[in-house]
Amino acid sequence: MKRLALLIVILSGGLLLYATKDFPSWGDPNSPASTHVSPRYLEKSLEETAVPNVVTAVLADYRGYDTMFETTVIFCAGVACFMLLRKFEPEERDLYYRHIPTGLTLHIKGEKQIPSTSKEFEKIDAIWTPYDFIINTVSRFLVPFIQLFALYVIAHGHHSPGGGFQGGVILGASIIVLAVAFNLRTAVRRFGEKIDGIMSALGVFIYAGVGAFCAILGAEFLNYRALAKILPVGKVMARSHGILAVEIGVGIAVMAVMICIYNNVASEGKFDEGL
Amino acid sequence: MDFLLTHLVAKYNFWLYIILMMIGLYAMIAKNNLIKKLVGMNIFQTAIILFYVSIGSKRGGTIPIVEHIAGGGEHAINPTRYVNPLPHVLMLTAIVVSVSTFGVALALAIKIYQRYKTLEEDELLTRIRES
Repeated sequence: MKRLALLIVILSGGLLLYATKDFPSWGDPNSPASTHVSPRYLEKSLEETAVPNVVTAVLADYRGYDTMFETTVIFCAGVACFMLLRKFEPEERDLYYRHIPTGLTLHIKGEKQIPSTSKEFEKIDAIWTPYDFIINTVSRFLVPFIQLFALYVIAHGHHSPGGGFQGGVILGASIIVLAVAFNLRTAVRRFGEKIDGIMSALGVFIYAGVGAFCAILGAEFLNYRALAKILPVGKVMARSHGILAVEIGVGIAVMAVMICIYNNVASEGKFDEGL
Repeated sequence: MDFLLTHLVAKYNFWLYIILMMIGLYAMIAKNNLIKKLVGMNIFQTAIILFYVSIGSKRGGTIPIVEHIAGGGEHAINPTRYVNPLPHVLMLTAIVVSVSTFGVALALAIKIYQRYKTLEEDELLTRIRES
């Protein structure tokens, strides 16, 4: 099996290496990929959409329909993770508690458990993770700054590298940092499962909603020019604002789905103990 | 020597991506562990993403953000000064989608492990036959 695999890999690799003979050399400005469509986007996108970042303009406006379904694919991935892994009935397992005043660890077998409102006892993971003061404090201080940077990346995606996908992933990472540095329960307390599910659907809904709204206003689906009828700006600027609305939707969806996938995979769907 | 200069030096990036892609393909076919196969798949995807992005590069080109003066008038834009934005657009979504599909694949692997208590392919096949 391994020999056969090696043979297949060497054969197809050799064919691909042979095919590079016909490729344009690296950085060639006259390569076929850079001469047909892309100069048109580079020349006209600022004029047509008032967005200097061509990547954002192409992503959310010229190829808006494609990006909408990419967002739907991400949403479906989140739903699939949830459907595959999430377990709602608690499994019978040993529970561990730390008595906060004395630092003793309590091991409870069977169904009994200490109510989560107890001030004296704190639930800890079965695979004990050491309580690290430096990591906890630094991550707690950093989270707001990470989130602020993520909002900047989403909002400033028109003028600098950035946009909904990148900003959404950074937002999701800010919550996942909490789950890694403290434990999964802390992160779920801050950003609950219900709100997570609602937000992942809301993001896709905002994107599709903006598109449908354009259709209601009398233009084609996702033709943001129609938004000029309700916004106090011209038709070109309306496209820029439409792109911003869509990017916000993408950001919300990506953030919620990243957190959903992490929570489900890290805790095998039990949402009590993570990594 | 001439061949090396014209083909290897000018196109060594494609050679590197093809080698990376073949490492991923080999892992997908030959490895016995499902997680290692998934990692191979991710290496394969990364090679393709690098390949696309390098297609878009232009010598002396800067990032595809058009220079402009706020509220300024029209001025000619020279497309050769900016790298090709289209591969960036395609790969931007592909990266996030690959992360999400990797999450789904991990979820499936967890489900398989919970049911058969193994992720090795040969053990998995015998356990499926037994049950």
